[in-house]
Amino acid sequence: MSLTRRNLLAGAASAPVLMSASQAMAQGVQPRRGGVLNVILNPEPPVLQIGVNNQTPTLILGTKMTQGLLKFSPTLDPMPELAKSWTVSPDGLEYVFRLQENVKWHDGRPFTADDVIYSVMTFNREIAPRLRGIIAGIAEATAPDPHTVRFVLKQPFQPFLLCFDATALPMVAKHVYEGGDIRANPANARPIGTGPFKLVEWQRGNFVRMERFEEYWKPGQPYLDGILWRIIPDAQSRRVALTGGQVQMATATDIEPFDVPALRQAPNLNVTTKGWEYFSPMFWYEVNHRIKPFDDKRVRQAMSMALDRNFIVNRLWFGLGKAATGPVSSTTRFYDANAKVAPFDVAKARALLDEAGLRANAQGVRGSFKYVIPPYGEIWNRMGEYFRQAMRQIGFEVTLESTDAGTWGSRVANWDFETTSNVLYQFGDPTLGVERSYVTSNIQKILFTNTSGYSNPRVDELFARARTAASEADRRAAFSEVQKVLVDDMPLLWVVEVNYPTITDKRLQNAVQLGTGDHASYDDVFFA
Amino acid sequence: MELSRLPGFLLRRVLKSIAVVLAIVVCNFLLIHAAPGDPATVMAGQSGAADPQYMEQLRRQFGLDQPLTTQLWIYLKGVLQLDLGYSHRQQAGVAGLIADRLPATLLLTGAAFLIAIAGGVAMGALAARRVGTWADSAITVVALAFYATPIFWVGLMLVLLFSVTLEWLPGFGMSDPSLNATGLALALDVARHLVLPAVTLGLFYLAVYARLTRATMLEVADQDFVRTARAKGVPEGRVLRAHILRNALLPVITFAGIQAGQLVGGSILVETVFAWPGIGRLAFEALLARDYQVLMGVFFITSVMVVLFNLLTDLLYALVDPRVEVA
Repeated sequence: MSLTRRNLLAGAASAPVLMSASQAMAQGVQPRRGGVLNVILNPEPPVLQIGVNNQTPTLILGTKMTQGLLKFSPTLDPMPELAKSWTVSPDGLEYVFRLQENVKWHDGRPFTADDVIYSVMTFNREIAPRLRGIIAGIAEATAPDPHTVRFVLKQPFQPFLLCFDATALPMVAKHVYEGGDIRANPANARPIGTGPFKLVEWQRGNFVRMERFEEYWKPGQPYLDGILWRIIPDAQSRRVALTGGQVQMATATDIEPFDVPALRQAPNLNVTTKGWEYFSPMFWYEVNHRIKPFDDKRVRQAMSMALDRNFIVNRLWFGLGKAATGPVSSTTRFYDANAKVAPFDVAKARALLDEAGLRANAQGVRGSFKYVIPPYGEIWNRMGEYFRQAMRQIGFEVTLESTDAGTWGSRVANWDFETTSNVLYQFGDPTLGVERSYVTSNIQKILFTNTSGYSNPRVDELFARARTAASEADRRAAFSEVQKVLVDDMPLLWVVEVNYPTITDKRLQNAVQLGTGDHASYDDVFFA
Repeated sequence: MELSRLPGFLLRRVLKSIAVVLAIVVCNFLLIHAAPGDPATVMAGQSGAADPQYMEQLRRQFGLDQPLTTQLWIYLKGVLQLDLGYSHRQQAGVAGLIADRLPATLLLTGAAFLIAIAGGVAMGALAARRVGTWADSAITVVALAFYATPIFWVGLMLVLLFSVTLEWLPGFGMSDPSLNATGLALALDVARHLVLPAVTLGLFYLAVYARLTRATMLEVADQDFVRTARAKGVPEGRVLRAHILRNALLPVITFAGIQAGQLVGGSILVETVFAWPGIGRLAFEALLARDYQVLMGVFFITSVMVVLFNLLTDLLYALVDPRVEVA
């Protein structure tokens, strides 16, 4: 979709209508009130407040209690949530949000513009590493009246609206957090939000219980009586709980890809891979550019050509995604389909390596290196095994190393690896989620920065231009150019645009409608 | 044993035990901190985004910006005041986190322990008495099978049979929160949830006790005092109970003492497969998250328990076998 002025100005009246409750009724499914939804929660979050903790389980659970100003359609159009309408000035500097009235916090206090300003300028600025720089670009944040918020930027920042999803800029109560240590606030374990469900009980290691918030700002909603989040640490036990019907929903990485084909056949279950457009998780193999021969572009290109991406998507991920064509996912804005990685071609890869001076010895071996397996489940092990096999075909001997989360994190953060893999979110816009992995200024000893050490002045310049350009056309030109450069340079080996499965009981309606999928408030979810 | 020597013995043992526990605490502290990564790294890894300020904030909050010796001293001071500290990751006191999970663990391990001891000793005694018959062979084969099968696999098979296929028993969790049960209804619900994990965990130990009981009984049965008892005309049943079994129980008690010490630690595998909210999982997740305080708290509690049960085992020994002296 194109980010046009018309779309930016879309208010409640003209917001794109998705498969909402009204549409469900049009299809003859009358929303029914009642019932408790049991959802798998894995792994158990340490705290339940979005922002303070941003693990996937925290975000999926937290969005039922904590809301954002906006939400996003699968094509990344902004839609009203706590903001009922918004306007952007022609120069792209001034953003004015009109807030929903009659919104109450779970403790009964009213939600006002002050809460919004506190949430953005203090709470998230303090604890959201991804948005700190963006919030620092806000020159002033004012509340002309209790239901209007006005932000003025220092310079245009076109992806600004994308930051107002609940998962990025959650709205928290000023009176709960103000003045204290945000990270030590007891509300982090018992969040107070504006969402349709409020926390009742958290038995650690066992379950989290939420009940309908009776004073929710949409009359008559939510439809569900409550949500029970069941903590089930073992992958096979999760599958059994789902097929047995003890839980009616599994999200994200709850179910291993190899179990999904069987669940697609289960008579009581629906499987969808929609709802990851906003995050667009990208799986890549990462090489450390500081180590020879990975500093040679030809070697990286050859490694990429040795990967059969269609085989990986079909046989390892069982169709839970698409073959990546470049650094930007096809569901992220400014994706350029013309910038494509070279196709799978082992012969050509070998020729490239010969050209790079990496001759094979009598045993056909050109060199050897280590691969650190990230410790996040069986699919990661299989991707490691595939990598070893693919590299063997072009003459590289790969040794796999197993780690736990702490070890993997510290090794990658400290650049103490030769090759590894990772999955990163793109957050709808390359400036928000892609740039960070390639620009020289972000080479840091911290996870999810440019840990591979890739550095190219041309790429730096293009990303900088795309970040600050006010017009969409200028940004598109810069992004198209940078995608061409990156696909030729192959700083990372992009493999799969991952679409995690959301698996639900067939009776459950509206579970996945947005570009954020199961990270929605669920005020319109019901059992038919 | 002479009772007059007991107080001195106890005092010496308790002092020794405190020294041992403190040594364990220091060792644990150093070992845990030797593992690569820290809680901030793990949290950054789980959040998918980080910057220097964020890492620095977390490390300061967790007290990781202090020198290691300072951190150790602060922790030791806490332990000596029986204060297990605070988990900044979970924003909760460690003692509370452990206390929340301890009942679930004791219920599971206690039930498994009883199943194992009662079943194992009975099966072992039966096998020893019918040595060489088909009953003996059957018991030996079954015990070997339980002993050799991976525990999580047994658990999954039991779930497939009893919860998925037959739908007799729940396959995960400690209770069904959707029932909102209280009182007797809740107790019954927990009991139903307890069956499969307790049996899974009990079977392995049952096999150990059965094999141990059988072997020691056969060994004791060949000894002179048994022959003497039989020559005196003591009835066979009494020979078995009073002479053979009583003497054969010593190694069983030793092992039971070791197992009892481990009861508090729970079982990572069984708790994981059955989603049982116990200490084992708490400790394992704390290890993976580098939640130092929680992990050290669990280690502290379990090491105290092990030391305590060793002491009890020694006392019990003296009661069962008058030849054993406390020293």
